Amino acid sequence: MKRNGRKKIAAFIIMVFMLAIVAGCGGETKDTGDNAGDKAEKINVGVNVELSGGVASYGSNARDGAILAIEQANADGGVLGMQINPIERDCKSVADEAMSVSAALVGEKIVAQIGPLTSGNVAGSTPVMMDNKIPLIAPAATAANVTVDDKTGATRDYIFRVCFIDPFQGTLMAQFAADNLQAKSAVIYCDNSSDYGKGLAEYFEKTFIEKGGKIVAKEGFVKDDRDFRAALTKIKGLNPDFIYVPGYYQEVAPLIKQARELGITAPIGGPDGWDSPDMVSVAGNEALNNTYFTNHYSSQDQDPNVVKFVEAYKAKYNKDPDAFAALGYDAVQIMIQGLKDAGEADSVKLTEALENITDFQGITGKMSIDEQHNPVKAGVVIEFKDGKQVMNTRIQP
Amino acid sequence: MQILKNKFIRFCADVLILAALFTLVQYFITTGLLNQYYQINLASMCINIILSVSLSLINGFTGQLSLGHAGFMAVGAYASVILTQMLGQPFIAGIFAACLAAGVCGFIIGVPTLRLKGDYLAIATLAFGEIIRVTLQNIDYVNGPAGVLGITKLTTWPWLFAAAVITTLVVVNLINSSYGRAIISVREDEVASELMGINTTKYKVIAFVIGAMFAGLAGAMYAHFFYIIKPETFNFLKSFDILVMVVLGGLGSTSGAIIAAIFITALTAALQSFPAIRMILYALILIIVMIYRPQGLMGNKELSRQTFGRIWSGRKNEHNRN
Repeated sequence: MKRNGRKKIAAFIIMVFMLAIVAGCGGETKDTGDNAGDKAEKINVGVNVELSGGVASYGSNARDGAILAIEQANADGGVLGMQINPIERDCKSVADEAMSVSAALVGEKIVAQIGPLTSGNVAGSTPVMMDNKIPLIAPAATAANVTVDDKTGATRDYIFRVCFIDPFQGTLMAQFAADNLQAKSAVIYCDNSSDYGKGLAEYFEKTFIEKGGKIVAKEGFVKDDRDFRAALTKIKGLNPDFIYVPGYYQEVAPLIKQARELGITAPIGGPDGWDSPDMVSVAGNEALNNTYFTNHYSSQDQDPNVVKFVEAYKAKYNKDPDAFAALGYDAVQIMIQGLKDAGEADSVKLTEALENITDFQGITGKMSIDEQHNPVKAGVVIEFKDGKQVMNTRIQP
Repeated sequence: MQILKNKFIRFCADVLILAALFTLVQYFITTGLLNQYYQINLASMCINIILSVSLSLINGFTGQLSLGHAGFMAVGAYASVILTQMLGQPFIAGIFAACLAAGVCGFIIGVPTLRLKGDYLAIATLAFGEIIRVTLQNIDYVNGPAGVLGITKLTTWPWLFAAAVITTLVVVNLINSSYGRAIISVREDEVASELMGINTTKYKVIAFVIGAMFAGLAGAMYAHFFYIIKPETFNFLKSFDILVMVVLGGLGSTSGAIIAAIFITALTAALQSFPAIRMILYALILIIVMIYRPQGLMGNKELSRQTFGRIWSGRKNEHNRN
């Protein structure tokens, strides 16, 4: 009898599982069917972001920004007379989950998807979006091959982003050096061990020469270098107006310290790889004066749009919006603009409209989408002043 | 003669059941009844089955706590991708390369570390997984931390089904062979089995290498389904995910590992609708299961024809009594 009872329990557990499995699969998508019914009263928008896992902080901040933008639009009467219905999903910071979530969202008849944040997770989501012809707007995926196929060079039709790709910061810094700092000659001292450094150096050189400047020398370091004195001594002899150091803070911080120790007083510039508290703790307040780096956005920006956004965000979430929040907000904004341009909530028409977006005023700057689905947009230059990051200016390409 | 005949009939029945399952799903896919979402979760299920069955051979049957399974998966994924994407070889070559590469890694890591026991082995394998991940992050040929993007989708339902079935068959048959008895004896009592003349290290290495090979197979399937692989995907959390399946299913039960893999995949999918509290619910369900079934869903029992037979006859008896 006892044995029989145990067997029954086993059978019961198995049955519970089967139920769980059926429920698990059935929970999400009730019917297949076509995308984005344009007769629906609501516009469904998927928010597929990292709410747990390694980059959960990026994802939840971008989600907060995106939701704020949607709520504001809905409060203003919605888009095309319809309310936007955000469907939030967590992709656990892994690419396979991002793909599964996207497929589930497709079943919910979304017109567009916001997110994920990192390039890898966007890539996971990409095939589903391409198959179903639904645009994906990535707030912060900076890898070049997210929107363009490496092998064929073809643009991925339904993948867009609102952040600039990494090397573009080289262009911005070259403009800043030539126009704002009046530099005529520059030295590039670049991290040769990463694509990040090499790409930035290439873009910087191109723009700086276009601006009439002269690159007097190009030096290189590699990851984990700690002694930069040999190259710096040589640079000191050249006496350039500006030194561009595209690299990450681990190497850049000691580099700047040593440059100042050798008596180099020229302004030094770099990309967002500098953005770390370690810069100040390693290089010191003094050495960092007269150094600048480019970034997507600064919450100190006094632009009225940014001020309004920062106030609304603080009122809702009681914290300062970071770049991810601003980019999440812009991703939704640009989608709304696209919907208005398209005139109907249809994902294919929305894609066409997104391709033609020009001079759209977002929080992170005025942007136009180019043929590779990258935004041509403004960035900000942040200056170190006595160990504090202070917004210097906004650079419009 | 009669036994042989029965065996043959049972074999035929197994083949028929598997063929029917395969055809049914294939039919659903071709007719579009199984949409993309279900197909993705189906693929996850099959890959998780391969992973948990192969890890249950190491953890459940051999009793060696390995936390480096994701590392072997990474080796397989990258080996197959290098072959199919960069060298232009067919998928089957990629699969074999994945198994081979992961198996070799399993051997290299297994021979020195399997002399360790318990916690020490766990830490050594955990470290191995991290070494693989960090190494891959520093290889420019496979794009370092950014990973390989845009992998052609070659993993289809027939491949997934075949891979899962072959994994299960190999593991089950190994366990039921004399090798399997030796392997289980190592788990039960290492000293005693050594006294019986069993070369414990040899059997541990055999189990470890076979487990690693199938993890490599899962990696190849994963890479060619999910479009992108990057080292971060195969971090130690992935190893723990697989371990959770094995423990949840019951250490020393292949069917338990399969059921748990299906259960976990379905659970993850079902909880997608609750993004904010998803991981809390997930953890809660695991805790509840472990409280009520501390030995795992199946314990060390197997779900087999006999089980179904017994349940069936039990029901019939009940009916008769009523």
